[in-house]
Amino acid sequence: MMIGDWLDIGPVDQIAPGNARTLPVRGGEEIAVFHTLDNQFYALVNKCPHKQGPLSQGIVHGGVVTCPLHNWNISLKTGEALGDDEGCVPTIPLRVDAGRIYLLREAVVGQKSTKAA
Amino acid sequence: MLRVLDWRCDVNAPMNFENGTRPDGTAERLVVIGNGMAGCRAVEEILDRDPARYAITIFGAEPRVNYNRIMLSPVLAGEKRFEDIIINSAEWYDENGITLISGDPVVQIDRETQTVIAQSGRVEPYDRLLIATGSDPFIIPVPGHNLPGVVTFRDLDDVDKMLAAAQGGGSAVVIGGGLLGLEAAHGLSLRGMQVTVVHLMPTLMERQLDEAAGWLLKAELERRGQTIVTGGDTAEIVEKDGHVAAVKLKDGREFPADIVVMAVGIRPATGLAKASGLEVERGIMVDDHMVTSDPAVLAVGECVQHRGTCYGLVAPLWDMCRALADHATGTPSGYEGSVTSTKLKVSGIDLFSAGDFSGGEGCEDIVMRDAARGVYKRVVVKEDRLIGAVLYGDTADGNWYFDLLKKGEDVSEIRDALIFGQAFASGGALADPNAAVAALSDDAEICGCNGVSKGKVIETIKAGACSLDAVRSQCKASASCGSCTGLVESLLKLTLGDDIQSGPKTVCKCTSFSHDDVRRLILEKELKAIPQLMQELHWTTPDGCHSCRPALNYYLLAAWPGEYEDDQKSRFVNERMHANIQKDGTYSVVPRMWGGLTNPRELRAIADVVEKYNAPMVKVTGGQRLDIFGIRKEDLPAVWADLNAAGMVSGHAYGKSLRTVKTCVGSEWCRFGTQDSTGLGVKLEQMTWGSWMPHKFKIAVSGCPRNCAEATIKDFGVVCVDSGYELHVGGNGGIHVRATDLLCKVATEEEAMEICAAFIQLYREQAHYLERTAPWIERVGLDHVKAGLFDDPEAVRKLAARFRYSQQFMQDDPWARRAAGEDSELHQHLAEVRPLEFA
Ligand code: SRM
Ligand SMILES: Cc1cc2nc3c(=O)[nH]c(=O)nc-3n(C[C@H](O)[C@H](O)[C@H](O)COP(=O)(O)OP(=O)(O)OC[C@H]3O[C@@H](n4cnc5c(N)ncnc54)[C@H](O)[C@@H]3O)c2cc1C
Ligand code: SF4
Ligand code: FES
Repeated sequence: MMIGDWLDIGPVDQIAPGNARTLPVRGGEEIAVFHTLDNQFYALVNKCPHKQGPLSQGIVHGGVVTCPLHNWNISLKTGEALGDDEGCVPTIPLRVDAGRIYLLREAVVGQKSTKAA
Repeated sequence: MLRVLDWRCDVNAPMNFENGTRPDGTAERLVVIGNGMAGCRAVEEILDRDPARYAITIFGAEPRVNYNRIMLSPVLAGEKRFEDIIINSAEWYDENGITLISGDPVVQIDRETQTVIAQSGRVEPYDRLLIATGSDPFIIPVPGHNLPGVVTFRDLDDVDKMLAAAQGGGSAVVIGGGLLGLEAAHGLSLRGMQVTVVHLMPTLMERQLDEAAGWLLKAELERRGQTIVTGGDTAEIVEKDGHVAAVKLKDGREFPADIVVMAVGIRPATGLAKASGLEVERGIMVDDHMVTSDPAVLAVGECVQHRGTCYGLVAPLWDMCRALADHATGTPSGYEGSVTSTKLKVSGIDLFSAGDFSGGEGCEDIVMRDAARGVYKRVVVKEDRLIGAVLYGDTADGNWYFDLLKKGEDVSEIRDALIFGQAFASGGALADPNAAVAALSDDAEICGCNGVSKGKVIETIKAGACSLDAVRSQCKASASCGSCTGLVESLLKLTLGDDIQSGPKTVCKCTSFSHDDVRRLILEKELKAIPQLMQELHWTTPDGCHSCRPALNYYLLAAWPGEYEDDQKSRFVNERMHANIQKDGTYSVVPRMWGGLTNPRELRAIADVVEKYNAPMVKVTGGQRLDIFGIRKEDLPAVWADLNAAGMVSGHAYGKSLRTVKTCVGSEWCRFGTQDSTGLGVKLEQMTWGSWMPHKFKIAVSGCPRNCAEATIKDFGVVCVDSGYELHVGGNGGIHVRATDLLCKVATEEEAMEICAAFIQLYREQAHYLERTAPWIERVGLDHVKAGLFDDPEAVRKLAARFRYSQQFMQDDPWARRAAGEDSELHQHLAEVRPLEFA
């Protein structure tokens, strides 16, 4: 059943800890996949809730990414802006299995498209 | 990581027979496949409840009785013998009327006829079948993986093979730096082998440890003589005379090996179950009563998948076995999954990890480090509950934390003292650190590094030291490793109440040290890596934050040129991508134009790039060069390749580094020009480009006091005059405009360049990260800078020499390296998703 519901996006070692990589989606939002320094994996829509900054380019610390444009801190777990800032970016359910990363297919392709493909 | 809910959860209610007898009155036949830890424990649990219920037969692939598999590590290390780790002796099987068929693996399950068939051909009928086949070591299918000398670490036979190899001393390579691999490595090195551990990830035991603890573990194992290769990807196992000889990595490195241990992970052993048509995902699917998709077949242990999880530790098996026995004897209870904790069984290394320490929303990290004792403790609290813990060096409180974690107890009461452990936290009044400190006697030692007592610290405070920093400078308490900072702060509170003055700004909230402290201690303690620095200086967060990581990366780079390896992930996006990020996520590209000079070749190349990558805008910058806007991160390396081909390199318009050297035309053309300002500008830029600095650094050279190049609002400005060169420093045309101070006047270009190099180096060695020369000079005073340069007649020469030395390592064009494919993953997408309707 996993094959049907989960999208295999390849081995974990494609993303070094402390980094993120991007996954454009035709007709949907680009997704950023993060690998934290304590080796957790998360996926978020790659758009800061503030002014759409590309979160994949931010500095990752703990379970948080700091947006490269104006330093908002975004929780990788919940997609919510931390501290005084308010806003939230959609998260994509992710699981790691036998060294490969899987995203929940419906969350990836089922996104409400905002930009036309 | 997301937990997938197993679709079978709770679907089939427990089979519940009134009595366990078959129609003909004989006891039901229970056949167990797997004579290991879970299988035998399950049988024990059943016998406890109802000894007469089943006629039991156990098949075991291993030709021996059941033993404690986890103790294979001590056996390998020579700390135990096999006899010591046997769990169920031959007598146990006899006394309980159990038929043990060992050394004869089951090869087929026929659920139609309810029989199992063994390798020997033996057929055994069952009423109830229990599958407890454990898991199989995973073997990476690299060339040479099946050579003699390549072993796994799962059962006694593996251990015997390793011991045989260790006889001859020699060298061993362990592939996999997880629990298993490290225990194998430990055993083999105790047996006298030269051990290399090759681990794919950058952190050892990354599933259980964070970066900080992983680094401590690596350092300790290296101290013990093991070679630890992290980020090592095995390419092949090299053969010599039909036997393993070495392990070769993808990066070309090769390590000699008389034996190779593969410990890269395990896979639930589901082959039999799958072949017999049972539901299998990663493991054999079971419900809360360990019943598979066939009600007559149970499964337990590492081979099962329960609520989406497969386990690799024994603790969960014990819980599973209880639920299984309850169900199999007609008093169903149900298993709801386990929280697990990990300890590493390597003598002398105390390491504990449990729960979730991935941080994130609402999670609060509490970190305590004691460099002197090599201790790192981290607990994660969420909504007043403990949800995760990592301990290194002192695991005394591991079980206490694990208990709090499993029980989900409210810890708000003991929050402040939690990290100090059970003794302290449960100390009632003492749970308040201040009270605890107040209770200390006057001669109690506060600062171990400098041997300062509580009495001495209070004395110093009463004598007028009203801030942490004053205490540090006046009695040295907490001036070295900082582990007693908390105590000193408590003493300040106790003695002064609210009259405490806050000291100079700390680097960030992750530390109590100021920028100057950190820079001093990096040299004093020879700190050469970020995790090492965070440990030695007691960082209060596991891996810092977006303000301290870039600062530390710069300080280490400046302190150890050529030695320190730049940490990409600690750099702000512009410096990681070597271009300036724009509001729409694209980048701008500014190639260097030496001294503002250019030529047709460069201009053509830029024009071609603009067309080829249809850049929406090109503009002349305020720094006398061209800025190409709107380039996508994927295209950057190709753009750079084209610009390189025309001889252009990075202009570092994105860096805390040398930006531009503005010049005016000078004596070459200008009727007022007194010196060759353009030529000197080019020479200065060629000397200084590529150097990382505390903040961006701008230079200008004007050919006369009319100063067309605006040299007097630059970090270093040269104004040419008939008799030579006026050297100006500390100018800034930005947020707070500041005109330069005149540093000195020199007669020759050579002197001007030497002093430029020396001034830059002084700034690089002394300023705080993100402090431009203007605020730096405002803070320390021009006299301080002059003293630093001119008091010692040798100073300029020495500083300039240090600058030129570090430039050797900094002056290779980052664009060229990226264009050649380095760090390509930073530019490429993982993949692209094309839903069918768009494909
Ligand atoms: C491109 C350019 C404007 C232009 O089109 O001319 C520019 C563009 C930026 N400037 Fe500037 N500055 C540019 C010349 C200047 C100048 C004039 C000069 O250098 O002669 C100044 C005033 C002089 C000075 O710096 O002392 C200047 C003062 C600033 C400041 C304020 C610095 C300060 O200490 O107060 C910032 C903000 C900062 O650095 O923190 C800044 C920051 C920036 C950044 C990098 C903002 C950012 O971090 O993304 C802009 C990004 C440019 C991009 O995306 O390519 N820029 N900036 C100029 C690039 C020069 C070059 O060739 O490298
Ligand atoms: C070296 C080592 C150290 C470990 N250290 C720890 C530790 O410190 N802490 C911890 O919690 N866990 C540790 N573990 C893990 C722990 O040993 C396992 O979780 C546990 O043994 C799993 O029990 P099991 O019965 O499911 O599998 P096993 O104990 O492996 O038993 C399965 C048995 O079934 C047999 N079998 C397989 N297929 C067949 C077949 N077709 N027919 C007949 N028999 C078959 C196998 O030969 C094996 O004997 C360690 C493991 C190893 C190898
Ligand atoms: S101001 Fe001086 S240097 Fe500038 S153009 Fe005029 S003469 Fe030349
Ligand atoms: S766009 Fe992310 S902080 Fe502004």
